[in-house]
Amino acid sequence: MNLTALKVENLTIAYHKKPVVEDVSFEVPEGNLIGIIGPNGAGKSTLIKGILELIPKISGQITIKGSTYKSMRKSIGYVPQRESVDWDFPTNALDVVMMGRYGHLGWLKRPGKSERQMGMECLEKVGMAEYANRQISQLSGGQQQRIFLARALAQEADIYFMDEPFVGVDAATEKAIIQLLMELKEKGKTVLVVHHDLSTVKEYFDWTMLLNKKVMKIGPTEEVFIPEYLQATYGGRLAILSDTKSGLLLK
Amino acid sequence: MNILDIITDPNTRWILLGTMFLGLSSGVIGSFAYLRKQSLLGDTLAHAALPGICVAFMLTGVKSTSYFLIGAALAGLVAVFLISVLTRYSKIKQDAALGIVLSSFFGFGIVMLTQIQQSEYGNQSGLDTFLFGQTASMVMSDVYMMMTVSFILIFTCTVFFKEFKLLSFDPGFAKGLGLPVVFLDYFIMMLIVAAVVIGIQAVGVVLMASLLITPAVSARYWTERLHIMVILSGIFGMLSGVSGTLISTSVNDLPTGPLIVLSATAWFFFSMLFAPKRGVLSSIWRRVSAKKKYSLEQDRRKGSHSS
Repeated sequence: MNLTALKVENLTIAYHKKPVVEDVSFEVPEGNLIGIIGPNGAGKSTLIKGILELIPKISGQITIKGSTYKSMRKSIGYVPQRESVDWDFPTNALDVVMMGRYGHLGWLKRPGKSERQMGMECLEKVGMAEYANRQISQLSGGQQQRIFLARALAQEADIYFMDEPFVGVDAATEKAIIQLLMELKEKGKTVLVVHHDLSTVKEYFDWTMLLNKKVMKIGPTEEVFIPEYLQATYGGRLAILSDTKSGLLLK
Repeated sequence: MNILDIITDPNTRWILLGTMFLGLSSGVIGSFAYLRKQSLLGDTLAHAALPGICVAFMLTGVKSTSYFLIGAALAGLVAVFLISVLTRYSKIKQDAALGIVLSSFFGFGIVMLTQIQQSEYGNQSGLDTFLFGQTASMVMSDVYMMMTVSFILIFTCTVFFKEFKLLSFDPGFAKGLGLPVVFLDYFIMMLIVAAVVIGIQAVGVVLMASLLITPAVSARYWTERLHIMVILSGIFGMLSGVSGTLISTSVNDLPTGPLIVLSATAWFFFSMLFAPKRGVLSSIWRRVSAKKKYSLEQDRRKGSHSS
């Protein structure tokens, strides 16, 4: 249980000279649901993309379960931001989910019966089985998000990176997604989620990372998610309302 | 000439075969260019081929399609390289970079073309036909070349269909899976260059882009599945090639290349108007019938209230 799923050492990423993520080092133990929290422009998405080598890094070492990122690629699942693709692409929901199998399939092989079956199972898990043949632009935002989630499930990964999976989805979808993430955690998977809504952090995540260019704090949510650290992360731009149940709201 | 004469004429048969394969291959690779929002890139690569062809001719002194292919491919590579340098190291966005590269390469090509025409090579070279294409200048070996490149293009798109699809839909995810995205990017560009090179003899560098874009856009109207779209786009391209050639052969002195392009445009208009679901008429019909249904329901509701 205390194995290290992900170890990041001295990661620095810069767009146009200015570092967006600066000298970040942290470790994440296996089997946790981790929320990455921080103000706009804090480098949350950049951090994830840097770890996944989607954008070049200036320096840093990424270790997945003790091995290099490249050798562990197949055990990593990724849910990009929904707006990162054009949904008016000529394909259907099941097809997109099957793309999660492409990495395992390798070159030349085509997705076949077993991929279809697995794709359907993943659609089932996100409650989208009846939309399997629906063109993807005809799905609602929440449904599109579920499709991306199903595609990540089809990757059969051990560590999942999710870039703002709750943006633009309704409450019901959000609950369904978090339910699924908790199930993944129960199975010993590690899930890192870029998250915005401070009021749900305590409810959703057992670990929290506070990020603002640097890792301000990372650890169990009850130890990290306290006013003092939050103020430091958000640069004092936070109004703490102690009378609300969630205890925190953004100004 | 009537249709029978045209089809029995061996020379026309070769040209028909050539334009058919040209339409097919540019339709297929054009689908991916269109979905990757690189339509303008096709146009740039087509225009950039001109200086490449001129240099190839100046160096070798022979009018050979295979030398031209190499020249155009190298010029295409340089153009692609310049575009990526411009977008990476300056604040110029891709559309502007494409515009700059397109016009400067084309301008350079025209200068060289004029130079060749006035030099000792003389008008014999006939390189100016590459501007708007001239099917009459096609010989049997050109048609073989077109067929070969066409087969390679279609074979490659079939073999790497899965990768091209993922790259077109979600390059970020593709990279996450470990696909060599940058390499595949260049690879697809090279396939576009190949389609351009076999097309410039018949259609010309100026109009070639339309054979890459128009069939793909037309095909998109009819289907929501990628593989069907790619096949349809190939068929539309092929039909355009055939009908353009037939029209130009039956009506004297009409240029083949522009007619092929106009045929493709005709298919586009047909698709835009009559395609089910995505077509203009179908969406007007849907709006009208929804309105009618709604007002009928309102009337019924009013009726039940008053009674």
